[in-house]
Amino acid sequence: MGVDESMSTENTYNYRVVSQFAIMTVVWGAVGMLVGVFIAAQMAWPQLNFDVSWLTFGRLRPLHTNAVIFAFGGSALFATSYYVVQRTCYVRLFSDKLAAFTFWGWQAIIVLAVVTLPLGVTTSKEYAELEWPIDVLIAVVWIAYAIVFFGTLIKRKIKHIYVANWFFGGFILTIAILHVVNSMAIPASFTKSYSMFAGVQDAMIQWWYGHNAVGFFLTAGFLGIMYYFIPKQANRPVYSYRLSVVHFWALVFTYIWAGPHHLHYTALPDWAQSLGMVFSIVLLAPSWGGMINGIMTLSGAWEKLRTDPILKFLIVSVSFYGMSTFEGPLMAIKTVNALSHYTDWTIGHVHSGALGWVGFVSMGALYYLIPRLFNREIYSLKLVEAHFWVATIGIVLYIVSMWIAGIMQGLMWRAVNPDGTLTYTFVESVQAMHPYYIIRFLGGAMFLAGMLMMAYNLYRTVVGAKPHEAAIPAAAH
Amino acid sequence: MADFVSEFWHWFIVIPTLVGLLALFPLVILNKGSKPSGDPETMGHVWDEDLEEYNNPLPRWWLNMFYITLVWGLLYLVFYPGLGTYAGILGWASKTQYEGEISAAEQAFGPLYKKYSEISIPELAKNAEAMKTGERLFANYCTTCHGSDARGARGFPNLRDADWLYGADPAQIEASISNGRRGAMPGWEAALGEDGVDKVTEFILSLSRSEGIDLVAASIGREHYNKMCIACHGPDGSGNKALGGANLADKVWLYGGSRKAVRQTIAKGRQGNMPPHLNFLGKYKVHLLAAYVYGLSADRRP
Repeated sequence: MGVDESMSTENTYNYRVVSQFAIMTVVWGAVGMLVGVFIAAQMAWPQLNFDVSWLTFGRLRPLHTNAVIFAFGGSALFATSYYVVQRTCYVRLFSDKLAAFTFWGWQAIIVLAVVTLPLGVTTSKEYAELEWPIDVLIAVVWIAYAIVFFGTLIKRKIKHIYVANWFFGGFILTIAILHVVNSMAIPASFTKSYSMFAGVQDAMIQWWYGHNAVGFFLTAGFLGIMYYFIPKQANRPVYSYRLSVVHFWALVFTYIWAGPHHLHYTALPDWAQSLGMVFSIVLLAPSWGGMINGIMTLSGAWEKLRTDPILKFLIVSVSFYGMSTFEGPLMAIKTVNALSHYTDWTIGHVHSGALGWVGFVSMGALYYLIPRLFNREIYSLKLVEAHFWVATIGIVLYIVSMWIAGIMQGLMWRAVNPDGTLTYTFVESVQAMHPYYIIRFLGGAMFLAGMLMMAYNLYRTVVGAKPHEAAIPAAAH
Repeated sequence: MADFVSEFWHWFIVIPTLVGLLALFPLVILNKGSKPSGDPETMGHVWDEDLEEYNNPLPRWWLNMFYITLVWGLLYLVFYPGLGTYAGILGWASKTQYEGEISAAEQAFGPLYKKYSEISIPELAKNAEAMKTGERLFANYCTTCHGSDARGARGFPNLRDADWLYGADPAQIEASISNGRRGAMPGWEAALGEDGVDKVTEFILSLSRSEGIDLVAASIGREHYNKMCIACHGPDGSGNKALGGANLADKVWLYGGSRKAVRQTIAKGRQGNMPPHLNFLGKYKVHLLAAYVYGLSADRRP
């Protein structure tokens, strides 16, 4: 039995860990978005915190961001990168045990986040709120992830490395460095630590990390997803190899400099602010390289967009990616930033990237992936189509309401009377936001509804099935 | 510039920035490719059964966009600070921009506030135009604690009543806004013990009400009061405005007048903190704000 099993496992792909991560992506997506919709409702109706400390916005907001970025997004990246690296290298994962460790380790980290963040245990660093013992666990799991991924890449049966794997590899390496440097802290107790950096240096390290969490976790990693699932679903070759080379190197080089645009007009020295702004503008073309390669892969097969809702998710995600990566450099310009900073415009920008790009590309990938992992047909394509439209309308409501709210805030805050006093008090700007917060809540609720439709659809697809034992074919050279 | 401890760090910024930006040119120029004649061919590699790649040239418009942003970026670093200690041709700095905006505002609005500063506070409080400006200042700087209606909240004084911790004189109000106030009621739990705190609570309550008071406890409380509280709150509990000692004989309670709240105040103490505003607003605006606050309670002055 043991012999047979090892024989058979070496000839098959490890779909077990991929399907575990894929299913948890759906679960954590629903949970994280539910928390998001709840705190969006609190913005419109503040009494919804019920005077319970762990239900307050300040406690639940980091839970929402951690759940959607690291639990939903992270599980999606683990699932897709493990799937893609195996299938494009024609080998099973480097180590099943280590891969299983990354799954259980990552889920443990998420559960710890779900417990500690509402309790108020936090480093207070945005997108890096988890306290030091959890940070250590993240580092250990991440190193295991790197070993599994690069180990698999090294034992590949085909000489050339597929482009999706460059992006996954770049993302894994950079996130390791970002996480370790930004989390460096002196523990004061088991649940409290103090950053090793102080003052403006701390702020700069934090936004070097924060912006590259977007740049590498939510962009490079998800471009890896895009580069596999769009050509696969469209059944078309990638538009341009040379474009993928150029935009990969330009993107990874340029992104790492852009963080200071989060600190315009602060105590950060002018030279650092300028460099952040210049590199943010230069980042436009490298970002759009990915969008072009995604959308143009479909050229000659546009009619598929009419009939294939999964392809709709994937292509619209790349469109939102293009829009967000145009908006980002725009907002990094000091003059624009002077208006947009600290307003809901930023929230809208983040969500056009998060819902439109990261959310949609993950959903498209999951609709492709999960039926194949369990060797089943998808339960209902009509429901996928319905999900697409409900979620798209939700995104539009969300980002348009936040654009209006953000620009209105920016203008209200800077309006001055003839006697030099401010025209509006802060609370008047809060009051003016009320209708837009309701619209944002509705948009978010629609996006969540779509996510629940997806969960139901995929549940019906896989119920009773076991992960498929897919045989590894011979590599074509 | 004091941002760098040595010239090394200047070059540490300049060289990677320029080399990095300039290296992006050959990256795109050497890889831009040319339009193939006829149908595009794939690279010849196949992954996962059917994954292939065309090798289309870099789109012209995309290349141009890349060049424009790169040239713009380099020019920006010529005109503005960015390359280490190099200040840029325009000599722009956020500090000078800030100072410029402040002095422009000073020039535009300064004379108005200077004019108001020459009028006494009780007179100024009757000037409708000035009070409109005062109200706007109050709305922006004071309402967070004292409320939009200036009636305060628990721990934050009501500015519309006749009760003034530090005095109702215009000069006192101006001083409160200028320099701030620190209310420091110490906690007496350690000195008095649980029982002593109960007794003093009873006495304090007896100063402002007659019903439901345990007179025996209050009389014991009075003895404690005479030793420990009298210095700030006075023999009759009417307070001491020089120290900010609260009047305990009226019906106004900053931290609540229930038996529980009063007991808590005596046991644990209270720390009030009105922040100073002189450096932030300047003396002219403080004067105008003082007039506005004075005017809020003009008909209820003691």
